[in-house]
Amino acid sequence: MTDTTNDPTTVIDPIADPSAMSADAAAPRVAQESAWIRISRAFRNAPLTAWFGMITIAIYIFVAVFAPILAPFGEREIVGAQFEEPNAQYLLGTDNLGRDMLSRLIYAARNTVGIALLTTIISFLLGGFLGMLAATLSGWVDQILSRIVDVLMSIPSLIFALLALTVANTWIGRMDNPSPWLYTAALIIIMAVLDSTRVFRLTRAVAMNIVVMDYVEAARLRGEGLLYIVRKEILPNATAPLIAEFGLRFCFVFLLISALSFLGLGVQPPTADWGSMVRDNATLISFGVAVPLYPAGAIALLTVAVNFVVDWMLHRSSGLKD
Amino acid sequence: MSDDILLKMRGVKIDGKTGDDWLPIIKGIDLDLRRGEVLGLIGESGAGKSTMGLAAMGYVRGGCRISGGSVEFDGIDLAKASESKRRALRGKRIAYVAQSAAASFNPAHRLIDQYSEAPVQHSVMDKNAAQEDAVDLYRRLQLPNPDEIGFRYPHQVSGGQLQRAMTAMAMSCRPDLIIFDEPTTALDVTTQIEVLAAIRSAVEQFGTAAIYITHDLAVVAQMADRIMVLRYGDLVEEAETRTMLSAPTEDYTKSLWAVRSFKASAKPLPAADAVPVVSLRNIDAAYGPVPVLHGVSFDIYKGRTVAVVGESGSGKSTAARVITGLLPPSAGEVLFNGKALPPNFKRRSKDQLRQAQMIYQMADTALNPKQRIRDIIGRPVEFYLGLKGRAREERVRELLALIEMEPDTFAHRFPGELSGGQKQRIGIARALAADPEFIICDEVTSALDQLVAEGILRLLDRLQGELGLAYMFITHDLATVRAIADEVVVMQHGKVVEQGPKVEMFQPPHHDYTDLLLSSVPEMDPDWLTNLLDERAREGKPLSTEGV
Repeated sequence: MTDTTNDPTTVIDPIADPSAMSADAAAPRVAQESAWIRISRAFRNAPLTAWFGMITIAIYIFVAVFAPILAPFGEREIVGAQFEEPNAQYLLGTDNLGRDMLSRLIYAARNTVGIALLTTIISFLLGGFLGMLAATLSGWVDQILSRIVDVLMSIPSLIFALLALTVANTWIGRMDNPSPWLYTAALIIIMAVLDSTRVFRLTRAVAMNIVVMDYVEAARLRGEGLLYIVRKEILPNATAPLIAEFGLRFCFVFLLISALSFLGLGVQPPTADWGSMVRDNATLISFGVAVPLYPAGAIALLTVAVNFVVDWMLHRSSGLKD
Repeated sequence: MSDDILLKMRGVKIDGKTGDDWLPIIKGIDLDLRRGEVLGLIGESGAGKSTMGLAAMGYVRGGCRISGGSVEFDGIDLAKASESKRRALRGKRIAYVAQSAAASFNPAHRLIDQYSEAPVQHSVMDKNAAQEDAVDLYRRLQLPNPDEIGFRYPHQVSGGQLQRAMTAMAMSCRPDLIIFDEPTTALDVTTQIEVLAAIRSAVEQFGTAAIYITHDLAVVAQMADRIMVLRYGDLVEEAETRTMLSAPTEDYTKSLWAVRSFKASAKPLPAADAVPVVSLRNIDAAYGPVPVLHGVSFDIYKGRTVAVVGESGSGKSTAARVITGLLPPSAGEVLFNGKALPPNFKRRSKDQLRQAQMIYQMADTALNPKQRIRDIIGRPVEFYLGLKGRAREERVRELLALIEMEPDTFAHRFPGELSGGQKQRIGIARALAADPEFIICDEVTSALDQLVAEGILRLLDRLQGELGLAYMFITHDLATVRAIADEVVVMQHGKVVEQGPKVEMFQPPHHDYTDLLLSSVPEMDPDWLTNLLDERAREGKPLSTEGV
């Protein structure tokens, strides 16, 4: 169709149906295409940047899943001297404790990406649900939720995260024999809550535009419950912007976790993580050795790759035709 | 009129991009326009009227291209001219008036600043001269307070006035050609008249040629010297207005002409002791502190249609919101089969909700685009009647058959894969799925083409006969009222000014306001507007109810 206005009287409809019964031939051609054909065509028309992004992400996933098979040494294994130069045995050299850099780089894909993904998922479940709730119920529910989010957002998230993590880590440290997983869990929950404020705002804004639609009013007048309206009427219409936002937020969470690890409050040693690997080996930069740049490069490459894919998806969901 | 050709379009072909393919929108149309002549382009939506109108400016919308033919404006081929050359003509020698003035004016600037933009840009006048000229034109187009109105922002001016201000703006450089794209479609009948009068007088005073695009035949009959009928991007018929009206040759044109002839069968009056299905008793309602309805009362009986008419803002839709319980009234009550309904829909039982259903004006926003037709209709079936699985599917198929749509073809589709008329039918099926006694039809045909709208009216009438439904029919279109109503309620400023059986309502004596409404409906007679304006000038009546 050629018209983008919402006004039904100006919409150029390729079909005009004098009698609906006979209008079969006039229905838009999309009807005959299966979802599979539509998806495969979308992939065929994807730009090179999107392909680059998708292939890079696929490689990261592959590496993360098969880390124990791909890595020549163990994650926490001390195999050589400190700061060995790259050589035939240790392809990227060893780190400040004499662990194999390449192995740790591979294992870190698992840890860093896994934690970032989990955090983003939780933040979307939390922020997305509350955002839709606020938009659908409006009134005081919306007021309370929105004001809480305002307060959380008014504090810079890195500083808030530092503060919350310090408190949480001290608290966990006082317990008898704390499991190392507790630290990771605290990190994930704190990051997810902080990040869900952004998701809340976006979801609320998107859902607001859907809530005013007549079909939502029709569902309300039918007597449908809140959950049905959120799940069946609003969510399906909000997925496109939310999926795109998921990619973006994943990048931010991922960078923030790396930054926190770099500062020493994120992923705790001896777990391999790109952010803390940069910190641990940062002294090498002054000697002109590129080793600390590899984990930094891994972070940068994934961020760029995800953004390429997100750009492509945003472009598609915006309906622009160039 | 001179024989000097201003615009000569030859074999114009325009394609639109759908997925990977280019589909033809205009399939090679010739068009000639002499200086000072008004040409009417009519057809249903999708006929290519607007595309053709824009092509006359050498412009195509995004995702479209001119694939053949020539557009010669005063000797310049716009299809081949450079963009800067075209831009020099637009606004100066060719101007465009869009359908929705409210959406086309920039809300951040005053009217007069937007008026002077084109003359200053094209170095026709400096800003001061342009502003003086604007006041002069506002006066000629009979805008109220011409000295002052230009200094208002678009939202401070009513819809009809805005459309006239836009016509004035199009006139600012005294162009040779103006393209009017459905300029009155979004307006009330009473407002439409003043805009039509303004456009006609402007075009006559300056001898401007115009292309007038509309789907309303009665309107085009008032405006155009010559009419072209388009369908599916092809020319169906072309003739002088009077010839076209009195003796159309093509079947399609004849069917367009005949469309307003539908009349629902007359129904017997309800028995004297019958209890109305829905009864409004002295309803007052307000949006926050703003009162909207004042003591509104009317009854709707089983198997009958009550048409509620009035201009926008008269409270028609608010009355519907009170009945559905979306807006609890501040005083008065709604009775359903003699029993009072809880004012707020949240307090009504499932069965009370089921009894009263609603069909919306915009089928586009009334159907969830991400649900299949099967689920849109199936949900109320499941929700109210508790049918699941096979039984639900069976009922959906029955309902689709009832609204004359083939179940196998449509059940699995999404609303985006249907045409406007089909979507509206699905809206009807969803209301029927609840097995209601009463349906509110809120402007259900006003977004549709006349042929499609007639099909919907026929369907509603048939369903009423078969199922004994009571309808409340909200509309501003009196032709629809004539076609389908049994009783008419005329509303103005939130009050019922007159009500009664249709037969009585369409015969004098009328209430003044009813009279104004009735006389404002355009007729197919090309002299109708002229006669009406003369008559109203003689009687000293205002053109409309807007503050003139």
